[in-house]
Amino acid sequence: MSDTPTPETVDALLPEVAALIVDALNLEMTPAEIEPDAPLFGDGLGLDSIDVLEIALVISKRYGFQLRSDNEDNTRIFASLRALTAHIARQRTK
Amino acid sequence: MNAQPLISGTDLDRVLAWRADGPRRVGDFLAEAAALAARLPAGGALLNLCQDRYRFALGFAAGLLDGRVSLQPSSQSAETLHDLQAGFPDLVCLVDGDTDCHGLPRFDFPALPAVDRDAVGAVPDIPADQLAAILFTSGSTGKPQAQPKTWGKLVANGRAGAAALGLNGRPHAIVGTVPVQHSYGFESTLLLALHGGCSFWAGKPFYPQDIAAALAAVPAPRLLVTTPFHLSTLLAAGIELPPTDLLLSATAPLSTALAAEAEARTGAPLLEIYGSTESGQLASRRTTAGDAWTLLPGTRIDSDGDTAYAHGAHVEGRVALSDLLEALPDGRFRLVGRHADLVNIAGRRTSLAYLNHQIAAIPGVVDAAFFLPDDAGPDGIARLAAFVVAPGLERRALLAALRERIDAIFLPRPLVLVDALPRNSTGKLPRSGLQALYAEKVGDGRR
Repeated sequence: MSDTPTPETVDALLPEVAALIVDALNLEMTPAEIEPDAPLFGDGLGLDSIDVLEIALVISKRYGFQLRSDNEDNTRIFASLRALTAHIARQRTK
Repeated sequence: MNAQPLISGTDLDRVLAWRADGPRRVGDFLAEAAALAARLPAGGALLNLCQDRYRFALGFAAGLLDGRVSLQPSSQSAETLHDLQAGFPDLVCLVDGDTDCHGLPRFDFPALPAVDRDAVGAVPDIPADQLAAILFTSGSTGKPQAQPKTWGKLVANGRAGAAALGLNGRPHAIVGTVPVQHSYGFESTLLLALHGGCSFWAGKPFYPQDIAAALAAVPAPRLLVTTPFHLSTLLAAGIELPPTDLLLSATAPLSTALAAEAEARTGAPLLEIYGSTESGQLASRRTTAGDAWTLLPGTRIDSDGDTAYAHGAHVEGRVALSDLLEALPDGRFRLVGRHADLVNIAGRRTSLAYLNHQIAAIPGVVDAAFFLPDDAGPDGIARLAAFVVAPGLERRALLAALRERIDAIFLPRPLVLVDALPRNSTGKLPRSGLQALYAEKVGDGRR
């Protein structure tokens, strides 16, 4: 098990993950426009399950771990940019 | 009266499903389905939204035993569910999680008592002409089109599918990445298990690592039922996969390159299934062996002008197909295109007319058109754009209203607000005009 990342670690990683999402999904916005605590699905960024698989793929390449549905609730990991970034900070192997 | 069994075969000890806590045998399934049927609340049709494939199967079987039809819409948007309720006022939603029923009557999957497999006498018969399921396609007028399926046809469909895939005599354990409610998942996981001797993994693995784990959790021979999109992300992940014996893909055409890569990586042949919600499964091919499709046993296709019709065997009536087909002398056929109005986003189908109808119905929208750009690669994900004339509406509010009406996958990316659409003098909207608008507003700004 990995250690729980500090809030500072997560904050520092936020811009990088935001850039990765914008780039992977070809979104019409700048990384800074993604609000860290807004929902990524539904009324927030409006992502769907196809986006999730595409993001999962770039995460696995960049950070060296595979996302799994059963070790943490899928909707919780993708609840917000901050939640996703915290998950990456916890699980990353590179 | 002509009847067909709930499950083909007489072996009550055969494994029908694999769950995380162990196998479920035919006898367990029959006893649990009867117990569930006895607990269903009063009402009519079942809107079975169970996410667990085994619970869906139990709900479906309980409905058959209780004479209730299974409603299987192509979307779970609020708009779709409310339309469904208008057509079936006594429907009940069967749910096994925190699924949103959008205010429809809800029945949470109950705890079932421990069952006694030995008390199950025999596999029950269901009248062949009993209406077993209604699958829905998105109609161009905005109202979903009902595709009724009788039990006899569904049984024949499952048996024909198993024969076409060579599963007869060598039943496989099926791992499906596709939802069991939709026609492909329904036919290629549940019906292959009920009437093709196969068993299925109860989950619906999502991430590549989930798929690998699900395959590892079932015994060989293994069959992976998936789509071009799931397959391409699975291969791109580059993870170790358990030995797999057969790959099945449907919902969108698969490129030969991806099929060849999948076969090389897994050592398993990759078969594609061709069909539609209206007709059920019609044909199969091994993608790396050529582009011709071989019809399933007993099905027939003939053409009248540009339109091809399917009939025979498990096909309900005579069904017009949305694809353009070229018949080959040996009875096989090729797909040569499809009618222009249809769109397929990562395997989910709808029509531009349906989407345009939905967006135009939002208060404040004056004019609107969805547009599918040309630049989508093979196996890739095309995304729709939409051009909307809606003075006084903000993009965010418009998207929120649209989300109530259509599936997220069809939401426009981007949605572009414009002053007017490039309609010609007769009010028609030529594709070339939209193409130019797309190049101006979207295309040039893209990487």
